[in-house]
Amino acid sequence: MTRLRDNKKQAKLVLDDGSVFNGYSFGHECSTLGEVVFNTAMTGYPESMTDPSYKGQILVMTYPLIGNYGVPTCNVGTDGISVRMESENIHIKALVVADYSDVHSHWESEESLSAWLKRNQIPAITGVDTRELTKLLRENGSMMGRIMLEDTPDETDEMDYGSVNFVKQVSCDSPIVYGEHINKKKVVLVDCGVKANIIRCLTKRNVEVVRVPWDYDFTMMDYDGLFISNGPGNPDTCFVTVEHIRKAMQTSDKPIFGICLGNQLLAKAAGAKVYKLKYGHRSHNQPVRLTGTNRCFITSQNHGYAVDQKTLPDDWEPMFCNMNDGSNEGIRHKTKPWFSVQFHPEAASGPTDTEFLFDEFIKLL
Amino acid sequence: MYNDIKKVLLLGSGALKIGEAGEFDYSGSQALKALREEGIETVLINPNIATVQTSEGAADKIYFLPVTPYFVERVIKKERPDGILLAFGGQTALNCGVTLYKNGTLEKFNIKVLGTQVQAIMDTEDRELFVYKLDEIGVNTIKSEAVESIEQARLAANRLGYPVILRAAYALGGLGSGFCDNEQELDILAEKAFAFSPQVLIEKSLRGWKEIEYEVVRDRYDNCVTVCNMENFDPLGIHTGESIVVAPSQTLSNRDYHKLREIAIRIVRHVGIVGECNVQYAYNPESEDYRVIEVNARLSRSSALASKATGYPLAFVAAKLSLGYGLFELKNSVTQTTPAFFEPALDYVVCKIPRWDLSKFHGVSREIGSAMKSVGEVMAIGRTFEEALQKGLRMIGQGMHGFVENKELTIADIDKALREPTDKRIFVISKAMRVGYSVDQLHELTKIDRWFLSKLMNIMHTSQELHAAGCQSSAISPHLLTQAKQQGFSDFQIARALGLEETLGSEAGALKIRTLRKQMNIRPVVKQIDTLAAEYPAKTNYLYLTYNGVANDIQYQDDRKSVVVLGSGAYRIGSSVEFDWCGVQALQTIRKEGYRSVMINFNPETVSTDYDVCDRLYFDELTFERVLDIIELENPYGVIVSTGGQIPNNLALRLDRQQIPILGTSAKSIDNAEDRDKFSFMLDRMRVDQPEWRALSSIDDIHTFVAKVGFPVLVRPSYVLSGAAMNVCSNKDELDRFLRLAANVSKEHPVVVSRFIEQAKEIEFDAVAQNGEIVVYAIGEHVEYAGVHSGDATIQFPPQKLYIETIRRIKRISRQIAHELNISGPFNIQYLAKDNDIKVIECNLRASRSFPFVCKVLKLNFIEIATRIMLGKTVDKPSKSIFDLDYVGIKASQFSFNRLQGADPVLGVDMTSTGEVGCIGGDSDCAILKAMLSVGYQIPQKGVLLSTGNIRQKTATLDSARLLAAKNLRLFATQGTSKFLTDNGIDNTLVEWDDAFSLLHAHEVDMVINIPKNLSSQEISNGYKVRRTAVDLNIPLLTNARLAEAFISAFSKVNIDELSIKCWQEY
Repeated sequence: MTRLRDNKKQAKLVLDDGSVFNGYSFGHECSTLGEVVFNTAMTGYPESMTDPSYKGQILVMTYPLIGNYGVPTCNVGTDGISVRMESENIHIKALVVADYSDVHSHWESEESLSAWLKRNQIPAITGVDTRELTKLLRENGSMMGRIMLEDTPDETDEMDYGSVNFVKQVSCDSPIVYGEHINKKKVVLVDCGVKANIIRCLTKRNVEVVRVPWDYDFTMMDYDGLFISNGPGNPDTCFVTVEHIRKAMQTSDKPIFGICLGNQLLAKAAGAKVYKLKYGHRSHNQPVRLTGTNRCFITSQNHGYAVDQKTLPDDWEPMFCNMNDGSNEGIRHKTKPWFSVQFHPEAASGPTDTEFLFDEFIKLL
Repeated sequence: MYNDIKKVLLLGSGALKIGEAGEFDYSGSQALKALREEGIETVLINPNIATVQTSEGAADKIYFLPVTPYFVERVIKKERPDGILLAFGGQTALNCGVTLYKNGTLEKFNIKVLGTQVQAIMDTEDRELFVYKLDEIGVNTIKSEAVESIEQARLAANRLGYPVILRAAYALGGLGSGFCDNEQELDILAEKAFAFSPQVLIEKSLRGWKEIEYEVVRDRYDNCVTVCNMENFDPLGIHTGESIVVAPSQTLSNRDYHKLREIAIRIVRHVGIVGECNVQYAYNPESEDYRVIEVNARLSRSSALASKATGYPLAFVAAKLSLGYGLFELKNSVTQTTPAFFEPALDYVVCKIPRWDLSKFHGVSREIGSAMKSVGEVMAIGRTFEEALQKGLRMIGQGMHGFVENKELTIADIDKALREPTDKRIFVISKAMRVGYSVDQLHELTKIDRWFLSKLMNIMHTSQELHAAGCQSSAISPHLLTQAKQQGFSDFQIARALGLEETLGSEAGALKIRTLRKQMNIRPVVKQIDTLAAEYPAKTNYLYLTYNGVANDIQYQDDRKSVVVLGSGAYRIGSSVEFDWCGVQALQTIRKEGYRSVMINFNPETVSTDYDVCDRLYFDELTFERVLDIIELENPYGVIVSTGGQIPNNLALRLDRQQIPILGTSAKSIDNAEDRDKFSFMLDRMRVDQPEWRALSSIDDIHTFVAKVGFPVLVRPSYVLSGAAMNVCSNKDELDRFLRLAANVSKEHPVVVSRFIEQAKEIEFDAVAQNGEIVVYAIGEHVEYAGVHSGDATIQFPPQKLYIETIRRIKRISRQIAHELNISGPFNIQYLAKDNDIKVIECNLRASRSFPFVCKVLKLNFIEIATRIMLGKTVDKPSKSIFDLDYVGIKASQFSFNRLQGADPVLGVDMTSTGEVGCIGGDSDCAILKAMLSVGYQIPQKGVLLSTGNIRQKTATLDSARLLAAKNLRLFATQGTSKFLTDNGIDNTLVEWDDAFSLLHAHEVDMVINIPKNLSSQEISNGYKVRRTAVDLNIPLLTNARLAEAFISAFSKVNIDELSIKCWQEY
């Protein structure tokens, strides 16, 4: 066995505020640029890395030992959905960890994390004090950062994360149908960068899912329910989607369910405002409370923007609230079957406590 | 919160024993704290007097009484509590609570069981109910067959097919359980198991599967969180208490992790837990197949570990939930801003390693398996697995320096040693790697996951690189040095690998590396355990050191206002909860005196490693290197080395050499008392008598010395070399045999031989002095004659049978010694007394094992006084009257021989007890009765089997035999004893040895008095077999004539119904 440092290039992460974190490359050897965000989950790196919501971001894992169980299959099943991953591609710009494990051990593992990263041309650094980095991001907020490698030219451009429409980059190009059947209820899924497990959670509940591009005008379609997916970046870049949702709400009372970016887009369509969090919620342990009850749930989250609860119109109300910082975790219409959550009930990765929300949605159809 | 609960009874777990140790002091202390915060009156029953929970202010009323249904009911009658907590005192409290529920006591006195209800407890404890309950929600369990006879056991095993695992129901820590490959093995194990439990379970073995645990919390609103999951390094087949355990799991994918998490929550909801619960799984390494092994509906060793591993105070939260709180109403005690409803995110890895003390026992098997044998554990924290593991292996404290660079292990058959693991398992793996075994080969032989083995291989490779660098005698590169430090190598390991130990010596070699790496700016950084992986700032200072980082989490004030207390490390035979108590008292006093209290300790079963008992907790090594690292960062006012037992005491001189301010008695004085030659010379100079002794380096010298002093002699081999126990030899044959077996006599490793004085009383002198003058003291008297280790002896305090002159002389000598060594702080002297002839055995300039006992009986906190003295405050001598007590305290020892298959359950000069109790009574008889019942003895109702040793011992036990006969107990005696009893007019039945075993198996005797003839316990005799059988069949056994006499006299004179039920505060 060879040890990492003997044959790995030195690499560093340089933040916009000038801070430098040194380490060694274990991914593709090139420079890159992205918004640096941290995730405190202790498992689930393959799921996170293929989660389209991370588009344009450099992911920092606070749990130091990463790569232990390798990477499972990247295949797509007969149902057209990735078997184990959350999409067909790695979406993060780069991965930053403290102690990459070059030996992996799991019966489902098909390759090492390093090999997978290299195959997909994604840079990665190990040996970084990710705790110190996280503290910095916590205090100063998420910021842009660059991965630079020794003896490798810096080929990064400038980027303003908030102004890029990442949704456009990760959404599908044309409608795709899953679980097609004449007798099934039909759900239109607006793909802003949907995670595979959302599709799995819907199809296993015996509905037909029509996945449409983010800017597709679905209002003319015949459907039983509308689903608005998660996705990356600033919700303000999805003006078109918001318009479509607003139109749908004006013309029909069909059930609507949104997740993550879907929560923000639904809120915007309803007339509320969205703001950027200092450093976001990215973890498997976010506590939320169902408003007005003693029911609390541990949720999986991955978002940098949140709904400003105060700006909700009168016919809407908060549905869930974050128990750590009080931020909004979901909204619902007071009379109509429209609701959305900021967290990820489909989990993958993370706790599965709120998967029942899909049942709630299906019941409404 | 429920508002009808004003007074709550909490059951403790009693004496520390294998499978039930200090973790319950921690759980109970937290629960009491939670209750106190709510203004609830607390009543605690726990005879374990050395615990923190039985300290002043911990509970409103503390009863030092046995945790048995009988005594608990009597306390209930007196106290009339509104509620009872059963989940904080281990299996002892749980079993007791179930009995009180079943016999209607709880209902009769209208006591509400707080937290998880008894029905739920029974659903998880009774195997059949458990399987049925989990079947209801479609959760897989290990299908086992509950059987109630050996015949049924055989049939069940045949149905399931061998290998099978056999477990006793309602037993703690896998007691009486094991694997059976065939019917012969099954027969042996089944009989033992039936002795402990009427129900035995037979199940198919899943050896080789992963073992995973989840700690789950649920409130009465049905909100659930899993606080932590843990993975065993060893696959199924090795009890989780015997395995290295890591948190969080390392080889589970997200799917695996959340599948098991989801099932755990489903179980906890279905069973109806309110509070804390542990779910154990077997998990197939090649699929997602799983089995639930067991569910513990109470705080456990694992939950204590999970609390320390995550910073989530499980016991505290569980207690609050029992009172009706919701998780959303409680705060995360680390951030103090976010709620307790969350799941900790770790940004480090934790490694728990068991500590065994098997070399202390004669005849015990070193193999580890499905029954627990370890006596303690350590927890190491790192940011790489390698770092955590190597730290942990040093913490174990048995002379190991980490995974590599240890003393060469001789293993005859490595393959066999890998297949049949012993307490040396990890070092066998190290050796195998050193000689070239591959990860795959090791995996085949051990079934340990390749991931763990590869990480170990990383350490081995670094070691090889270091060795190579040492051979080339080139300067070590900063690169390699950093790599080694990041993998947890100590400076000493690096020095040894580079060959510096040979050229410079061990300490100078290590210090050279220290200097070198400081020059290269390779230093450890301090990180916080904050439960949220830095997402929110932590308000507490729960810290560890790592080389895998670039910055400290905390800022140092550099105002010299902190005082560092060195903790006592892993619980082991000879050092356990008593030193935790001492440490906690020191911390509290330091705070009271206006300093910041800083603790260094690494034992997850303790209260001293609770981050709220001090201002800063370094959960880290107590090695010279690490203590120095911390002191350099803290720059404290001083360091206290005298409240943590021998580990800190041994560091005193080395720290002093680095100009570290040691508070209290000087390091030089400590050395003068520790160094046998120096101390002996001092006593001679002071004309204080001591048993004659010599350190001898040849067999001839030993014989010459023995010829002069005469037999018997006490022989202490060099520990470093043999690891063997000391022994008393009564004649030349015994001496020769012992030297041949256990001691390798040489110049480097001399054997210490001392004259052994028979029938002498042994006396403990515990005291605190200031500038050489004694401020407070306590004199304790052993019930047994000298020859029983002071840690195993039964101690009465104040002394009941000492001559006034003896006491006067002891006080005088103690004053002289305190003066001569200029003691400032706690100390202990052990004396031998025979006819007012006083000899000093040893002197320790630190708190001793008996400090909490005498302090609590006296109601005077010696450690508080000592700490104030060490901080340079003046203290007044308490008035003389305080030493006048009108009650008696008895400290009795708890043995765990039933856990240690094959061990000879006999008392000797080396310590074998794992715990102790201390009970108070109006007189000796009452106190001894309470104490003996507390350590598991029962008053015989049927018959007693006697074989009472040599003629002197026979005479000594004659009165006892008479008392037993007077109680209409049938006396059975072996040949010599029978004749002696008959000659003295005592009716008895003569039994041959074979018949004796049948009597035991038929449970016709419920007490065995078996006193070995001679003082060495090497031979496998009939006596050994009777003793062992008694232990295996759970029949009370007495092996010491003096103790037998005291106990029998006590229960003959005092009826237990007449025992007063008084709490500590009432004495």
